[in-house]
Amino acid sequence: MLNFPPVMWSGQEAMETQHLSMRGIGKAFSGVRVLDSVDFDLRAGEVHILAGENGAGKSTLIKILAGVYAEYEGEILLGGQPVRFRSPQHARRSGISVIHQELSLVPGMSVSDNVFLGREHAARGWVRRARQERECAALLARLGMEVTPSSLVGDHPISVQQSIEIAKAMAGDARVVVMDEPTSCLAAQEVERLFALIDGLRRQGCGIIYITHKMEEIYRIADRITVLRDGKKIGTAAACDLPAEQLVRWMVGRPLEAQFSRTPSGSGKVRLEVREFSVPDPAGLPRPKVDRVSFQALAGEIIGIGGLQGSGGSELLAALFGVHGRRPTGEVFLDGAPVSLRRPASALREGVALLTNDRKTTGLVLGMSITRNMTLASLPRYSPGGWLLPGREVGAARGHAERFGIRAATLTQPVETLSGGNQQKVVLAKWLDTNPRVLLLDEPTRGVDVGAKHEIYELMNRWTSAGITILLITSEMPELLAMSDRILVLYQGRILREFGRGEATQESVLAAAMGREEGERK
Amino acid sequence: MIKRSQRLAALLEMPFTRALIALLVILALGVLFNADGTFFRWDTHRDMLRHISRFGILACGMTIVIIAGGIDLSVGSVLGLTAVVSAKLSIHMGLSAWVAVPLCCLLGIACGALAGALIARFSIQPFIATLALMVFARGAAKFISGGKKISQGVETPEGFQYLDFPQLYEFLNAKILGDNVAVVTLVFLLCVGVSWLLLARLRPGRHLYAIGGNESAALLSGVPVGMAKVLAYAMSGLFASLAGICQAAQETQGDPEAGVSYELTAIAIVVIGGTSLSGGRGGILLTLLGTLTIGYLEKILSINAVGEAGRLMLTGAIIVSAVLFQRGRK
Repeated sequence: MLNFPPVMWSGQEAMETQHLSMRGIGKAFSGVRVLDSVDFDLRAGEVHILAGENGAGKSTLIKILAGVYAEYEGEILLGGQPVRFRSPQHARRSGISVIHQELSLVPGMSVSDNVFLGREHAARGWVRRARQERECAALLARLGMEVTPSSLVGDHPISVQQSIEIAKAMAGDARVVVMDEPTSCLAAQEVERLFALIDGLRRQGCGIIYITHKMEEIYRIADRITVLRDGKKIGTAAACDLPAEQLVRWMVGRPLEAQFSRTPSGSGKVRLEVREFSVPDPAGLPRPKVDRVSFQALAGEIIGIGGLQGSGGSELLAALFGVHGRRPTGEVFLDGAPVSLRRPASALREGVALLTNDRKTTGLVLGMSITRNMTLASLPRYSPGGWLLPGREVGAARGHAERFGIRAATLTQPVETLSGGNQQKVVLAKWLDTNPRVLLLDEPTRGVDVGAKHEIYELMNRWTSAGITILLITSEMPELLAMSDRILVLYQGRILREFGRGEATQESVLAAAMGREEGERK
Repeated sequence: MIKRSQRLAALLEMPFTRALIALLVILALGVLFNADGTFFRWDTHRDMLRHISRFGILACGMTIVIIAGGIDLSVGSVLGLTAVVSAKLSIHMGLSAWVAVPLCCLLGIACGALAGALIARFSIQPFIATLALMVFARGAAKFISGGKKISQGVETPEGFQYLDFPQLYEFLNAKILGDNVAVVTLVFLLCVGVSWLLLARLRPGRHLYAIGGNESAALLSGVPVGMAKVLAYAMSGLFASLAGICQAAQETQGDPEAGVSYELTAIAIVVIGGTSLSGGRGGILLTLLGTLTIGYLEKILSINAVGEAGRLMLTGAIIVSAVLFQRGRK
């Protein structure tokens, strides 16, 4: 690695080898150091994985590169030239394209308007729509996407929107493409298409910085891997020289024992029974989201819900929590007694809690303190007669913070100041605080680093041994296989297959999820 | 040393400290431009407080609504409507305060609850729903008053008559504690106290913060979102009606045109205090400081005989600087 900046004004040669080079990058927020003289370089035509636990400083590094943070220590060389991005627009014009975890599309605008947003083809202020749509169509075709450029972004499912985001990033002459967990809401076949796209970019000479928490992805596409921990760079290595155990050790600073360790604890008692449960399509389409689903779950059991995106798992969990567009039909029994779960409030009263798959938009009140987020769902307990007892709240929050291992300076700080893993633990603490009988977990480890994932698995074991029943949705197959006592695979809203513990393999679950058993499907 | 400077920096980040500094800056201006010592006399301060109280009362309700992620444009019109109704009940009908005040309050609560119900039940945007109520309530005020001011002087078949001035208005107009504090100021402080209890100590207050911060997360946490919203707008309506009674007392008449554009002053007070217009953040004590800041600003300009034109332009400039200062450098 270079310890000295390359000679200036020799950009041409430098570009061949050192496409992008960030050296001595440092950044502190109100006295707290989040990045400490980090060196990072990217070659043309490589996929460089940026790995590290949540809070390791990956996002900060990317935001500096993207011009979001204009004040930082150190310097950035792009193609050998020193640059200092003052704004995201500036970075973008210089060839840095960032695909953020949260999509940055305007839902009410057309696909082509989104793709050219900020760089419209215009003549004397008039947007040349026809030309944009033509170029957009060509671009989409090149990416193998069948999307009409004039259609509205908001009318497409989230996975297509993700691809549009990538098209947007590629519409400019991107020299560096940054992808921050691009697969977090993609289904398996869409991930394959994304990887094909990345391959195309690589061959065009783009440098790609890729952030992910998924181990399989890292070894599928990585050329090199750089690991950050606690704001410092731990090392950079070629992917073939860095075995997975070593990578994990770099990330967490300690070797992880077995990544998954489920101690089954289902007792004989039926906790939850669902009979002929259907959830109609909220838009009124004839095919229901969940179609006559029946199953039983024992106390202390973890039932994995398998299936591709859109197979109805999320809708099933939401409807069991009383969140639905149109009233579901069928019967639900808790400990043998029929219950009606019309609204979240009534579900909570019955001891059902739902962890949604998006903690920022539906899980947390980001501006509220850690303590208040934790007590929000069980507020009546902390306010007898409507009168709040802050002391009782703080006591409970302290207990949760300790049990969940939440790392925060104080419990009065807004939850938005925490890293993703710690935020997730706050949401989990909130639901646990309601003393649930049934816990519905939709992607409990999404956007959470390896160490925190492990802690969440341990917590799940602890809860089930206390008799809580868990329904689990996860897009990470190894997690589903390892943590579930039984797996129900949904396909088009119906339970297509049920696997007992140890019966399922990645292949058999995926086959069922893709509807293979139906015969006439390809 | 480092620790102390960090703690100081953290203190300066707090909205309350910033609102306090803004107020102190305005007070320093008052000391600087004291208009030959007028600023140092207590009655200057008493009159400022008396004048700003009605706006402060409106701002209390506005704070509650804004924290819940909404906005209430109707408070000025509801003030006008209740001023008219209050004058009608107290002056023309000669009802006792024990009847007139509760009736006016009920009217204000009903107006607010109506807006809240439109917003919660039919998902009409707060801006639109309260804009509609603003227009409607103004119309109602004109309808009830017949477009004329409701005052002591009335035409009867026997000729012009001069009615008694109601005891309620006399009481509200009085200055107590050795002529040092206006009663309407005490009404304002009472409203601040009630709002503080609601927002900081009662469960529905916590619900309002959660709704303003993230409505879907609040709903999924079992918060009764609809009820809480209706409560917020009803409180705003209640405070608007109290302000309306005070307005009628101070003007000794019920003017159907009273309170035009007061809602904008109330919003300015809330924003200058540092409560976020996007909801979920802020508090009533910030609004108390914001009320004093706006009140003193106007008073200092008026004792220095700055004309209305200059006053308005300066107030606009100060609102922007206060908000920029509140946001600070990030």
